[in-house]
Amino acid sequence: MSTPAPTPTDRRYLDSHEWHKPEDDGTVTIGISNFAVEELTDITYVEVSKDSGAIKAGETFGEIESVKATSDLFCGIDGEVVEVNQAVIDAPETINRDPYGQGWLIRVKPTDPGQLESLKSTADYDAANA
Amino acid sequence: MPDLLQTPFRKFHEQHGAKFVEFAGWEMPLHYGSVIEEHQQCRNSGALFDVSHMGRISVTGRHARKFLETVLTRKVTDMEEKQCRYSMVCNASGGVLDDVIVYRFDDHWILVVNASNRLKLLAHFHDVIGREDMTVRLEDLTPKTAMVALQGPKVMEKIGEFSKEIPTLKKYRFTLKNLMILKMTVSRTGYTGEDGVEIMMGANMASMAVKLLLKDASAPDAVIKPAGLGARDTLRLEAGMPLYGHELTEDTDPLSAGLGFAVSLDKHEAVEGQPLVPRFIGQDALEKLAADGPPKELIGLKLDGKRTPRQDGDVMKDDASIGAVTSGCLSPTLGVPIAMAYVPRGAVSAGDTLRVAVGAQYAEAQVVELPFYKAT
Repeated sequence: MSTPAPTPTDRRYLDSHEWHKPEDDGTVTIGISNFAVEELTDITYVEVSKDSGAIKAGETFGEIESVKATSDLFCGIDGEVVEVNQAVIDAPETINRDPYGQGWLIRVKPTDPGQLESLKSTADYDAANA
Repeated sequence: MPDLLQTPFRKFHEQHGAKFVEFAGWEMPLHYGSVIEEHQQCRNSGALFDVSHMGRISVTGRHARKFLETVLTRKVTDMEEKQCRYSMVCNASGGVLDDVIVYRFDDHWILVVNASNRLKLLAHFHDVIGREDMTVRLEDLTPKTAMVALQGPKVMEKIGEFSKEIPTLKKYRFTLKNLMILKMTVSRTGYTGEDGVEIMMGANMASMAVKLLLKDASAPDAVIKPAGLGARDTLRLEAGMPLYGHELTEDTDPLSAGLGFAVSLDKHEAVEGQPLVPRFIGQDALEKLAADGPPKELIGLKLDGKRTPRQDGDVMKDDASIGAVTSGCLSPTLGVPIAMAYVPRGAVSAGDTLRVAVGAQYAEAQVVELPFYKAT
């Protein structure tokens, strides 16, 4: 088995393992961490119930299922859902292969870009899951 | 993970990149990278499962046979040496304490029991022996032995490289083998729906045995590769086999579970040339259930969509809740979600459409015959 990918430092994290990456165009991309993927094992299903419109920090935007468990997906910021990664819904195993890249889930236009700072840093997230 | 028991294969698992999980007090490999790939490896070629966590209890003494006939729902008196048999252990109400395999050796017996029930069964057995004043010696062999299951369509051919005899074994027969200096008990049994064997051996021989059997396990095209408990669960579910704690509990009788074949209600009847067989614990209750019909039945379900039904998930017919899921998975072989569930006996027939809870929603599900998968 390959060694786990290091946790990227260009984004922020929730305790519930969703990463939030600020993009150049001002939006924030959300996905789940490699730690979460390893816990879930093979991902078999992704549903994004919140595929457009306003979303609040702490709200669920969907569910993810693996051979092991079903989990809610949480958003860590206020804003508006502007894009859903249909490729991941069609092929959930993409998340197993590339959780920090092609396995992204939704894109949110934040109400307050500064809100991201309230989420966990990479170091704090890694320390919490060591 | 604190204070968890480890099997003699612990180092082997680590070397193969296992992700560990706690199971019945043991630290066991859940998978080595992908549950689905390990499942397919077993269906298409061969997989090795560490099942050392399962309890192995030897039974000896003057009343060993009588004791086993008292606690097991299936007859052992007519078993031949080197034969094994699947049976239930029931409580007085006919509820399942465990499902086990009993092995008959020349001068003793071994019971292979579920890891989660080992200590409970030992207590139950000692209780019965004391109450009935029998001369029986139980020895828990679990800590000083190891056990692996080799399962898959190419396993017997591979084993044939080491032993000509093993591929000639009939189902539920076993043999004692010396490979180099390894003493092993090899039975043609399994829990995946595939052909294969289960092997018991001394704990100190475990690492040498896997080296012998899995010389090339790291090669991408290896015939036999390690597989974890995750794949073991999806494989047995496709094969329609019950798992204790899911389909079987102390509140479930074996007839409702569709395991009537493992309950011999006439085994106490005298057979010429055979020693007398006592009635077994739970027999009264099971006789009554057999006469009245068991209260519920275990059914198979195939769901629409791709969502996975989970244990305790609601099962609805029309607009009424009629039962609950005991096990579910997205079947790697069939590509659709499957589940087993209990419903009142006679409430549904094969072909009926029900609705099953998946996450916060319901999915339509067809009632199908068990098993979902049969090896060809």
